This record gives sequence, C-alpha cells and structure tokens, in this order.
Amino acid sequence: MLIPCPWCGDREEVEFKYGGSADVTYPRAPESADDAEWARFVFFRPNPKGKLTERWVHTAGCRRWFTLVRDTVTHQITTA
Amino acid sequence: MSRLASGGRIDRTRALRFSFNGTAYRGYEGDTLASALLANDVRVVANSVTDGRPRGVFSAGVEEPNALVQVGDDTMLRATQVELVDGLQAIGLNGRGRLSSEPDTNRYDKVYAHCEVLVIGGGRAGITAALEASQTGDRVILVDEQAELGGRLLGAGWNDWLDTSLGALRAQPDVRLLTRATAFGHYDQNLVLVAQRLPNGGRLWQVRAKRVVLATGAHERPLIFANNDRPGIMLAGAARTYVNRYGVAPGKRAVIFTNNDSTDAVAADLKRAGITVEAIVDVRAGEAVVDTRGDAEGLHTIVRGSLTGRDSRREIEGDLLCVSGGFNPTLHLFSQAQGRLRYDEGLACFVPDVAPPNVDVVGAAAGDLAGRGQGAIMPYWVVPSDGGDWSTHFVDRERDVTVADVRRALGTGMRSVEHVKRFTTIGTGSDQGKTAGINESAIIATQLGQPVAAVGVTTFRPPYVPVAFGLMAGRNHGDLFEPIRVTAIHPWHVAHGAVFENVGQWKRPWYFPRQDEDIEAAVQRECRAARDGVAVMDASTLGKIDIQGPDALEFLNRMYTNAFDTLKIGSCRYGLMCKVDGMVFDDGVVMHLGPDHWLATTTTGGAAAVLDWMEEWLQTEWTDLRVRLTSVTDHCADVAVVGPRSRDVVRRLFPKLPLDPESFPFMGIRESETAGIPVRLHRITFSGELAYELWTPSWYGLTLWEAVLAAGEPFGITPYGTEAMHVLRAEKGYIICGQETDGTVTPQDLGMTWIVSKKKAFIGQRSHRRIDTARPDRKHLVGLLPVDGDQLLPEGTQLVLEGDGPIPSKMVGHVTSSYRSATLGRTFALAMLQSGRERLGIRVYAPLNGHVVAATVTEPIFYDKENMRRDS
Repeated sequence: MLIPCPWCGDREEVEFKYGGSADVTYPRAPESADDAEWARFVFFRPNPKGKLTERWVHTAGCRRWFTLVRDTVTHQITTA
Repeated sequence: MSRLASGGRIDRTRALRFSFNGTAYRGYEGDTLASALLANDVRVVANSVTDGRPRGVFSAGVEEPNALVQVGDDTMLRATQVELVDGLQAIGLNGRGRLSSEPDTNRYDKVYAHCEVLVIGGGRAGITAALEASQTGDRVILVDEQAELGGRLLGAGWNDWLDTSLGALRAQPDVRLLTRATAFGHYDQNLVLVAQRLPNGGRLWQVRAKRVVLATGAHERPLIFANNDRPGIMLAGAARTYVNRYGVAPGKRAVIFTNNDSTDAVAADLKRAGITVEAIVDVRAGEAVVDTRGDAEGLHTIVRGSLTGRDSRREIEGDLLCVSGGFNPTLHLFSQAQGRLRYDEGLACFVPDVAPPNVDVVGAAAGDLAGRGQGAIMPYWVVPSDGGDWSTHFVDRERDVTVADVRRALGTGMRSVEHVKRFTTIGTGSDQGKTAGINESAIIATQLGQPVAAVGVTTFRPPYVPVAFGLMAGRNHGDLFEPIRVTAIHPWHVAHGAVFENVGQWKRPWYFPRQDEDIEAAVQRECRAARDGVAVMDASTLGKIDIQGPDALEFLNRMYTNAFDTLKIGSCRYGLMCKVDGMVFDDGVVMHLGPDHWLATTTTGGAAAVLDWMEEWLQTEWTDLRVRLTSVTDHCADVAVVGPRSRDVVRRLFPKLPLDPESFPFMGIRESETAGIPVRLHRITFSGELAYELWTPSWYGLTLWEAVLAAGEPFGITPYGTEAMHVLRAEKGYIICGQETDGTVTPQDLGMTWIVSKKKAFIGQRSHRRIDTARPDRKHLVGLLPVDGDQLLPEGTQLVLEGDGPIPSKMVGHVTSSYRSATLGRTFALAMLQSGRERLGIRVYAPLNGHVVAATVTEPIFYDKENMRRDS
C-alpha cells in the first residue's frame, strides 16, 4: 500500500505505523468518566467494512502523525 | 530418439550432457529438461504424491502439475521450467519433494524499481503493449517468465516480427526487458513482485508501476475422463510447442481429443513433424475419449466412444493423447489485485469484468482467444464414467484429486467452491491448480445443476509460482539478518572473551568467563564481586531520551505514574509508566539536568517504543505542550561501577570531587572530568549496592571504561554481564519490564503502590479504578524459595496450590525470574501469584516434567530490605 504522508508524499506502507481509528477521543476528564464510558474509550474500536478514518505515523520518515480515510475493502485512501 | 531432424529454436551445434535418475542423456542448448526428456523417450518423469501413479510431461510451461523434479538441492521444480545446462543432474520426484537440510547457498538480491508502465508477459500482446508505451518516452519494464521473450510465438514462424519488435524495444533507453522473471504477486497500488531466476540464485524485483498491463496469456485446460493421467497424455498446445519450438516429437501415434478449433493447427503441425494422427475425437461430433489403457511406461491404447451410449466403443493404439478443453485467461495477478471476473458463456471461461485501478488486460488474458485459435467451442468438462467409478478421473493431478473426491465433498453438503477446495485440496499444490481450478468450478456447477458463473472461482492469492524463502530473505540472513548495535566499549568485550546475548538489536555481554568457567560459575563470581568488592558493567544500551521545553515537567508528570515537581536540578528519580489500560509499560530513571531540561532513561528493549509513545501524545493529544524530544541513546556511554568498594574506585578517578554521602547523596548527579574526559556521575543502583553510573560522550566510552578498570585494579574490579545484573536486581526485588510484566500487570500488582501518585493525573490512572484492575485476587509479585535450595525453577513454570491435587490443576501463577544466588547460597525466584500478598509463607507447587517442586512464598525481596548498602 502507498500511503500519502502530508509532509513527505506517497511512501511505502513499511515506513509507517498504524494508529487505529481517529474517531476515538481521549475523554476530557477521565476521572469523572464512569466505568462504561472509560471502557468504551480504552477497549472499543470501530471495525467497518468500508471507509474508516484512521491515524498513521510516518515512523521511518518525518515521524509526524496524521489522519486519512482508508477503505478497508479496497485500500483506497482519501485524505481526511 | 524422438528428436526431429530439423526445426525448433534449439541450437543443434551445442549439445549438452545431463542425467536423469542416474542415466546419462544428451540434449541441446535451448531445451528445457522436459523437452530433452521427451527427446530421449523418457515418458515417466515422476510418481504422483498420494497414489504413486506414474506421470509424464503434461504441459510446456508454468502450469505443469506432473513432471516434478529435483535438481541439486532444489526440489519441487517443474521439468517444463528447468533450462537444460551441461552437466545437469535431475531426479524425478517419487511423491513429495524433500527440502535440503543444508543452508541455501544460492545468492539472492533485491531490486526496487519504479516505472510508468509495467508489462507482464512477453508474448505478442505484451510486446505490442511495451512498444506502444515506449513511444511516449515512459519508463517501461517488460517481464516474462521464460528464458526468451516471445511467448507462444517462439518457433511459430514469427521470428522476423520478434526480431524487429525486440530490436525497437532494446533501442529505447528507458525500456527494461527482464527474462526468466515471473511476476508472482500483485498488490495494492500496483506493487508487483517479480522473481527472476539467475545462475546460482535470483533477484527479487519489487516494482511500483503507475500502470500495469497484464499480458499474461491463457492456460489450456484438459478434458476429464477415466485414466486421464497416464504418461503420454498431454495438453494439445503443449504437444505443438514441443514439435515447433523444441523439435521434439512427443509421440509417434497421436489421438487428439478436443471440444474447440485450436486443435486443427495442432493436428497439422503434428502431421508435418511426421507424427501419425490416428484420430481426432471431437465432443462437438458427439464423441469422446472415455478411457485409456497403459502400462508402467505410460499410455498405449485410447478408448473412443459416443457420448450417448456404450455400443460404439473402439480402441485405438497410440502413445500420445493431445487434450484440449478450451482456454482459461491467466488472471491470477488480476484477481490478486482485486480485479473482478465474470464467466463468459460463449468463450466458456472466466474473463476480466472490472479491472483494478490503473490495470489493463490485453491479449488472451483479456479473453481474446483468437491467437490460441479456440474458435467455436462446445463447453464440455467431464466424460461420464462406466458404472459410476470416478476414481481415475483426475481433476488436480499434482494433488491426485479426482471427480470422486469432488462428488464426495458435494455429498457431504458442501456447496461453496472454497469449501470443496479445502475438502479435496484441489488447487493447493505447488502448481496452485492452474490446470484444475476452472474444471473444479464446472464440475460443481454440473453436479449442482447451476451455471458456472454462479459457482465462481476460488480466491487467487500470491504467490503465482513457488518462491524460495531465500529469495524473500535476500541478503538479510546471518549477520545481515537485522542491524547489529554495539556500544563504544564493545571491542573490549570481544577482546576479553565476553559471551554475548541479544537484547533487541544490541549485543550485550552476557557474562565474562575466565578459563574454563561455565555460565553458572562466571555469574556467581561476578555477583560476589559486586556484593563484596567492586564490579563494572557496560550499561550504554539503556534507552535515553532528552526532554526539553518549558512544559517538560508537566509532560513528565502526565507520562509517569509518579510526580517530578520536587525533583531538583542535579538529581534523578526512578519513574514508572503505564499505558491507557493502566498496565505497566516501561520504567527508567528521570534526570533533571537543568532549567527546562530533563533526560529519561528507558529499558534497553523499550527505547524506541517509549519515544514513539511520548511523541504520539505530544502530537495528537497534548499539542499545547511546548516540549521537544530527542533520542540520545547512542550519544553516551554508561559505565556502571558497582559494589561496596565503588567509591574507592571513583575517588581515584575524581580525586577533587566530594563523594561522601552528604555531598553526593543517593540519586544525585555531578558533573566532573577525569584525564580530560567529561563525565556525568549518577548515584543510581540496579543492584542494591552503592553504585555510580559514569556517563561520557560515546567516543570517550572505551577510554573511560579502561580508566575505570585501571583505577579498580587494586580492588579486584570485575567486569560483569547481563546475567549477573539480572541476579543482583532480582535479589533486591527490582522488576524488569517485559520479564515480570507482560502488559497485564499494574503497578499495584507489583506492590509498587508507592510510585502511583494520588495528587496528579497520569496516563492509565483512571484504569486503576476499573472493577477488573482493582479486584483483590489479581496476580501479585511475590518471591519464591524452592524448598530444595538446589532446585532451579524454570522461568515460565506454572504454579498450583496442591502438589498432589487432581489434574488438571488450577493454575494460580507463574515464575517470571529464577536464578541461583551466590549471596543467598541457594536458588530463588520471582513470580506472579494470584492473591500473592495474602499467601506469604504458604507453599505452592511447580509441576515440572514428571515431578512436582515445592516452594515457599515470600516477599519479593531477598537481600538488604533496609537499603543499608545502597545508601552507605
């Protein structure tokens, strides 16, 4: 897979690390979250067949994190 | 001899000697092993894998399911793809091939290539596509699996066209022509892997192409009938290839069995070569080959009959049966790249429907079967058997799968072609069912009364052909398997006989044996030196992250479970880190070096992961924090001087530096120099002894190490390795992240509640209140003393509560670290034990091979609980 790094351009997938769904927001006040809310943040991740907004980091390049939209069926990537 | 008097693209002036199954033969340059065997009348090449039936050459190419051979140490090779060379020694496989137990001595390399257009297949369609693309000045790569470009045009009267076209391509500077190069994997965004065969090795091309043109041709498929696997039965197009390209008559008396027009040309070429064509059996005329007879040497009789009844049987003597059931466009790569297929009723095959982005299909692969002369075809698959016996109707020759097996699969209720594949193993041989797959679909369709389109085909996966592991590895084996990291002091370790262990990519001294010491004796001696005198260790591999910025303190407070607000410049503090789930991730020492300037050490193996983790939070969640991180692991050498006499050694090196405990207390940092070398001294201990870690820029590392050894000489300073380090730290109950912890262990489980701040927020804090994380019966870190002080518990051993309880016993914990201690004069261990802190003093049991070892549960600290030695 070719991944478009916003800073470096298209690079091979091996240069990147995957950061999972980009739609998991760190709770503003973790201590006031109840167990269910907290568990949802820690353990639950979307796994759609189709478009997924996800985070990647260009580990072997500029080391910057960024977000893109990938189709989990076709691997077609569109920038978020 | 069955070599024709003339013709073919072999070079008759260059005879080659070779042997097969120990017998000497001759062939010519330009032969494959298959064509040379046929020329020498060798009909039986191999015995089949399951049934042991004799098999001969069936095809003239990559799709060969029968003629599997071993050449030297390479096994499961197709005789149709082995180029004949002088002195070649081959044997036919009797059943399964056997891998050599010797290392692969071939040399493999990797090439990364980029182009605008990659053309796969060097036949007429591929050469035409490459010519077109090259006109634009684009970078073009044309790959073909054969030794010569031309595909089926070779030996077929196209020499002038080939010479002109290839000449034009070779004249273009940006056109690269690769032969003996099989594209075997087609991945996302046109990454194509190509295996190129070279003498004594190969090259793995990883080609990234803007556009891929698939000119992969078509594979002929056989018709299926009883005893259709005898030597002498061959794809019709293959027989023609042997005559035209190799100048070989694969038989003397031929029968052709067909359902399409392509065999007209086959019959004409066979006749021209002097082969008698006894009969053309055409299902379109209501006839079929219903059975064959033969002996150990292969086919001798063909049974012809009408499709409608048994009355018209007629036997024909013949030694060659040429079979054609039509053609399958070669769409393996197309499908790997997620292209969609559709079944074409008129052509009776699957053709491209929706191509993947930037992929074109041309020629026979696109369903243009005019070049193969298929013409009018009557879809036909299996000739019915007599009396319902389908056990010699072979569908997959390499796997010895018959129509009977497919019927059995359907009889059990399977319907999906994927299930039938897995049940019967059709298509799972090293040929990946190139001559079997579509027939499988058609048989299922016929049996179930469905159209072939509804049954579909099995998923095509890389690799298209078998690929040697050596090719994938390239040069990355042995010393080049992965990068090797060594410290500045490494040459000394080597010169002094250190035995090394791998820690991540680092080579670390494991122990330093003297004379004939074994590891146990060496480690005991090294530990005694650290406890009783002074010892020295190269700790340079510790991960080091420089942290600077006005918000560095706030950042550290969020990352670590403990707080750093009170840590003064010139001091350091142990820190522990958790992941969001509250589980221990890494630990190390955090040093306060100056205003807004800190440095964190990490475990040797965790350095990269910790830096990644810190950067992730700074970039994605805490973007308001002004903090900069730099990996400085390799910048500094770290010499740990350890033991009650360590102060004496350090004093000799830094005579002016006040070293008394008040001036330079535990966890203090001092800057100084010795013999012109700048050194930062830290009073840190990982052994529980009085100890100093001396840091210096890497290029001074070896000099400092040698200076320490010289200063320590009067005190018998002893270098020690990681094994002694482990024993010393375990005696003190110091954990190692990744040894005591495994991603399921909280600080509380480790009895380290003291390091978990209640005053500030940190990553993972909320998880410590989760029901599961807070339950009292979690596994706790404890010590274990085997009742027999000589018994060493293997690390990883499971623990149970009853030594003689019913089996299976409930496992309540496991041993994480286990050593022989010179200091304690016995063995000891650390373990994670369910409700461990409530079980101090009781016995637990470790079931080992055939016996049970008892051990007493203790606190996880065995030595100097009061920390008197550390602070002395």
